[in-house]
Amino acid sequence: MRRVSRDERTRVAFTLNGRPVSGEAESRMLLTDFLRHVIGATGTHVGCEHGVCGCCTVLIDGTAVRACLTLAVQAEGRAVTTVEALAAPDGTLNGLQRAFQEHHALQCGFCTPGILMSFTDYLARKPHPTEDEIREVLSGHLCRCTGYAGIVAAVLAASGQKSTEPSRSQP
Amino acid sequence: MKPRRFDYIRPDSVGEAVAVLAEHGDRANVLAGGQSLMAMLNLRIAEPAVLIDIARLAELDTIRVAGDAIEVGAAVTQNRLMGWPDLAAKLPLLAAALPFVGHFQTRNKGTVCGSIAHADPSSELPLVLATLGGSVVLRSQRGTRVLAAQDFQTGMLSTAREPDELIVAVRFPVQATKRVAFREVARRHGDFAIIAVAAAAESATKVRIGIGGVADRPAARAVALDSSGAVAAAFDELATELEGYDDMHASAAMRRDLLRRLGPLTVEEAMRCAA
Repeated sequence: MRRVSRDERTRVAFTLNGRPVSGEAESRMLLTDFLRHVIGATGTHVGCEHGVCGCCTVLIDGTAVRACLTLAVQAEGRAVTTVEALAAPDGTLNGLQRAFQEHHALQCGFCTPGILMSFTDYLARKPHPTEDEIREVLSGHLCRCTGYAGIVAAVLAASGQKSTEPSRSQP
Repeated sequence: MKPRRFDYIRPDSVGEAVAVLAEHGDRANVLAGGQSLMAMLNLRIAEPAVLIDIARLAELDTIRVAGDAIEVGAAVTQNRLMGWPDLAAKLPLLAAALPFVGHFQTRNKGTVCGSIAHADPSSELPLVLATLGGSVVLRSQRGTRVLAAQDFQTGMLSTAREPDELIVAVRFPVQATKRVAFREVARRHGDFAIIAVAAAAESATKVRIGIGGVADRPAARAVALDSSGAVAAAFDELATELEGYDDMHASAAMRRDLLRRLGPLTVEEAMRCAA
């Protein structure tokens, strides 16, 4: 039985983007804060901190989840993947990232890391999603810049498809 | 915001979890997927002294046939149940409702039992459980008891679970019909339902209907399709009886009006399906 008392700082270790990482955390520390402040991996963004905006979406054991609704201690022993894992070590963007760039799927970029991680999971399960399916996944994210049309076009392009419908403005 | 301090306990078995729960009772919250609870901790709406994490308990991560019901363990996520190969054949109403539960990303972690435990009046899963007449399995050191859905949820965010009891599973009765429909009105897909309506045919002349989002808990009843106006009359009666509530998304009057319109359409859709 794992116990972490309220005043204790405990060692938390997991795999981040294929590499072992560890650090000290209180029981109440969120995975978002652990990644950003303890590990220094600031690619994961923090928006609403109650699971609505989707900015902090990361993969845990390959599955897209909200890091703000996950305690650091819950990630123990897991494989966590963040946006830092997507580009090659030399900075070359992966296909999904390139499609985002080419289709104006971001402006300020604050929501982008979470959206990229959601579609990293989703496209691995469903390599050729329909536009409606893309919009359904996208409904778990808020983007205040793009109006979403560019994001839908980017995901279609990344999955080797073209948009067949005229763009709508809401997911 | 960030949660207040709490003691975190991750038991290695259901037995340990129940023992820890017996020790801490209502000072503790049980954490499974955390898609409602973690948000409430962050917002400091919930301030437990102890958090008991059951998400990793393999013995609760099971979907199995239990007599004439499907028993879903407390660690089973909503997306895992959605991907269960027998879902559409055995529980078509649940298959129709699950896509409305939160978002892809929250269903990846949110559990079926957690949604039932949270007992939000506009939640889809408590509505499906009530419509199908399912039940909740509770375990404590005193033993195991099974509560019918209508006895389990006692109001808005409140249930008949005792502080030392752990929800170990929920049971959805296997459906004999494929004639089902689920509809809801929400501001955006995945948002909390302003109202939700479930319909499942019991025969060619009888349908069970369920309504969520209007009262403080889901309402379910059987309607005989003996006259052309029977369905509309049933929803009209329910709209009056349930009264509805005002919030930032809709007035009580709008909820009643939506129910009168959406209800008959949902039943019609269910009855159009091939049996």
